[in-house]
Amino acid sequence: MFYRTAGQFKTSYESDQALFPVRQDAILLAVILVFAWVIFPLTASEFTFQTLLIPILIYALAAMGLNILTGYAGQLSLGTAAFMGVGAYACYKMVTLMPWLNPVVAILLSGVFSAGVGVAFGIPSLRIKGFYLAIATLAAQFFLVWLFEKWAWLYNYNASGAIQVPNLTMFGVYVAGPQADSWVQYYLVLAIVSVMTVLCINLTRGNLGRTWKATRDVDIAAELIGINLMKSKLTAFMVSSYVVGVAGALFVFMWRGAAEPNLFDIPLSFRILFIAIIGGLGSILGNYLGAILIVGLPVVLGTLPAALGIPISSSMVEHINVMMVGGLIVFFLIIEPHGLAQLWRLIREKLIIWPFPH
Amino acid sequence: MLTEIFIKPFADMVEAPDFLLQVLWEGLVSGILYALIALGFVLIYRSSRIFNFAQGIMVVFAALTLVGLHAMGVPAWVSVGLTLLVMFGLAVAIERVVLRPLVGQPDIILFMATIGVTLFLIGLGEIIFGGENKVMITEELGIPTGSILFEPWGGLLILEQKDITAVIVAALLVVALLLFLNKTRMGRAIRALGDDHQAALSVGISLQTIWVLVWFIAGIIALVTGIAWGARAGVSFALEVIAYKALPVLMLGGLESISGAIIGGLMIGMLEKLFEIYWGQPLLGGNTETWFAFVLALIVLLFRPQGLFGEKIIERV
Amino acid sequence: MKDTQGYLTADGRQIGGVLMEMRNITLRFGGVVAIEDISFDIREGEIRAIIGPNGAGKSSMLNIISGFYTPSNGEVWYKGAPRPLMKPYEVARMGVARTFQNIALFEGMTVLDNVMTGRLTHMHAGLLSQALWWGRARDEEIANREVVEKVIDFLEIQNIRKTPVGRLPYGLKKRVELARALAAEPSLLLLDEPMAGMNVEEKEDMSRFILDVNDEFGTTIALIEHDMGVVMDLSDRVVVMDYGKKIGDGTPDEVRGNQDVIDAYLGVAH
Repeated sequence: MFYRTAGQFKTSYESDQALFPVRQDAILLAVILVFAWVIFPLTASEFTFQTLLIPILIYALAAMGLNILTGYAGQLSLGTAAFMGVGAYACYKMVTLMPWLNPVVAILLSGVFSAGVGVAFGIPSLRIKGFYLAIATLAAQFFLVWLFEKWAWLYNYNASGAIQVPNLTMFGVYVAGPQADSWVQYYLVLAIVSVMTVLCINLTRGNLGRTWKATRDVDIAAELIGINLMKSKLTAFMVSSYVVGVAGALFVFMWRGAAEPNLFDIPLSFRILFIAIIGGLGSILGNYLGAILIVGLPVVLGTLPAALGIPISSSMVEHINVMMVGGLIVFFLIIEPHGLAQLWRLIREKLIIWPFPH
Repeated sequence: MLTEIFIKPFADMVEAPDFLLQVLWEGLVSGILYALIALGFVLIYRSSRIFNFAQGIMVVFAALTLVGLHAMGVPAWVSVGLTLLVMFGLAVAIERVVLRPLVGQPDIILFMATIGVTLFLIGLGEIIFGGENKVMITEELGIPTGSILFEPWGGLLILEQKDITAVIVAALLVVALLLFLNKTRMGRAIRALGDDHQAALSVGISLQTIWVLVWFIAGIIALVTGIAWGARAGVSFALEVIAYKALPVLMLGGLESISGAIIGGLMIGMLEKLFEIYWGQPLLGGNTETWFAFVLALIVLLFRPQGLFGEKIIERV
Repeated sequence: MKDTQGYLTADGRQIGGVLMEMRNITLRFGGVVAIEDISFDIREGEIRAIIGPNGAGKSSMLNIISGFYTPSNGEVWYKGAPRPLMKPYEVARMGVARTFQNIALFEGMTVLDNVMTGRLTHMHAGLLSQALWWGRARDEEIANREVVEKVIDFLEIQNIRKTPVGRLPYGLKKRVELARALAAEPSLLLLDEPMAGMNVEEKEDMSRFILDVNDEFGTTIALIEHDMGVVMDLSDRVVVMDYGKKIGDGTPDEVRGNQDVIDAYLGVAH
């Protein structure tokens, strides 16, 4: 009854193509935005910022980037973390070479580098398909991480081989580095992620999105109706790697504060793939739902034993976590292979016709 | 610079042929293990279209179980038997819990499920056996640990006996597998499944039985690989990395080709070693083995999308 | 053969000059000859059928026309000039649209989005404009939606507009595929066995739509079809193929009287 769409008529194609043609969706989103922009920042503790709010947003953004490539354009990639690394290292080089550069500009520019590298590693997709391509993306994964380790210029010849985020200010406020406040970083991340989300929604619902989906669904037919597959796939690699690169820069600059090459190794790639798949391939909303689950679950599991007074070592918690995540992946794939976004879609459909069963 | 890339490595090879042989031997040993793992992938892929990412962790899991059982006082060879039993149980469990409910789902979903299994087994393995590096029970299993010296061209070539054993056992396993696939009813059924799912089912072969069997074979392969590699490098979760190496082998040899897996594995094992010793270490700072095989496979596929041994694909509408 | 005047059909429609001409087309796969030295033309405004038994090379011919296969010998002339070697998508951009024998719809999209993909050769907004949903991208979305809606009305699929294609029955899928091809406003529409697998009622519907398309928009249609009866009723001229060779070419009546054709095809009861 709350979700009844009857009576909401569209009189122009423009209003039918609006972002939220159904009024209740818009209201729901508004509520979520109020929470994200006002209520969470006012009430969250340092712990919540650092273990939940900021990482969920960043992981959601990275998964969104991957989702464009894998979910929308159908090109399975296992090298996401390496492209995040490219973004992070590019950002690090930019802020150290040009300290006057506005940090937000640097973060947004770092995506340009990962986009370039992404296109280069996307070229094989023109000839290689399916799992063969997935393995080919592992070439990017292993090669780039090796490069992060061996190319000392990238980390300014630090003895540790790691990059440390320096203190960066914007309009006199610390936004990155040890001096920055969590709530400032949260707002910055939220703003960037929100804007990127809107851009991604627009791209995926428009002509380019249809081009990608056509390439994904039947590539031969797509080519025969006039799609230049090369262009379609490479734009997907480009846009995807851009988003992933920005997420990588945020990952290090707004959250971790430092990074070693192996941070961008294959477990991170898989973690993001999980988020995209459990959230739902071919969905923007799903990335958020998946990120909430994958980031939130370990936090809940980690605090639960202590809250219940069960003595358990932290390494044991970690192991149980890994096991649970593995089990949950299988569980979710079995109950809804199309992910949490699809689950929400079904619930919403039921709500719209409620109280009638059909 | 150019001479360092194009001339010096070859000059070094000619100058010290005994060292070159040593390098090739080391590569061959790795290569045959890559080939084994790739074979596990191929069997599972052919019979169920599943790209089994858990193959790597199965190697670790098998090796850990073996070492763990022995540490509890079980005699070495009994441990091997029990580990095989555990791997069989694992195959049944995976078929029941994971594969059966997911039958007919898109490839990527099944692939993800095997990553889920991988994580589950990592967590479980760490809880049961702990994460620290363990020593493989090489001697207890009667594997010789000495080494054999040759002196070709007045140089020195050292072959470790455990490596020789590994190569022989792996070769025997491959031969046994080939015999099984070609000579037995069950084996032919597995191959038929790869060619045409529907047709194979219509002649009355139980899919469930085949899946359990194939995953069990993959488990046996995992145990052999685990013992052989564990004897060289110890048993830890780092072992999983060698399973990744089977992936470029699959790219080169084809996901469905048994001979491709074997030849591809040997090729990659030797080439990556050669590259690392003669180009990687002197010129690139070393550790190129992490990516060389992938980049090589990628380049080959760019020019031959059907892989080294595949037939040219004619596309149809 | 090479006249530009065209001709008058039995039902009094004026057919124009040559739109596409196949000149001595041969297609080989390795040692197998799929098509051997075939020539024919397609004229503006006509419904041209290519028929023949299974394995005659019809589909290969259609694939050559749409640029999916490159002929081993021979030339394809289009709009009065030889067509250079080009990729299938470039052929599509020159105004050739097609449907597929085994429906090739984009299953992950709604009917509306599928039909919209037919318009993508007409949409040129840049990445930034699309990302912002502003300016050219938005205008194009609205303008092309109008074209698409006309096609949707024409083919009477309004009520399934927002249904995911995967949920549709076979006959409707065929219609959606026709809609996608029509949305491109092609100069030449290729139909690959449009009636395959349909029941009598669906075949009648499809025939009506094909005739209506030709009638209303004046679209040139080339179709290949296994079902003889329907083809003879629909088409203005027919090419008959057998074992990769052309064995007949002319109006349905002429073809019906051709002894080779009768032997190869019509004489066989099925």
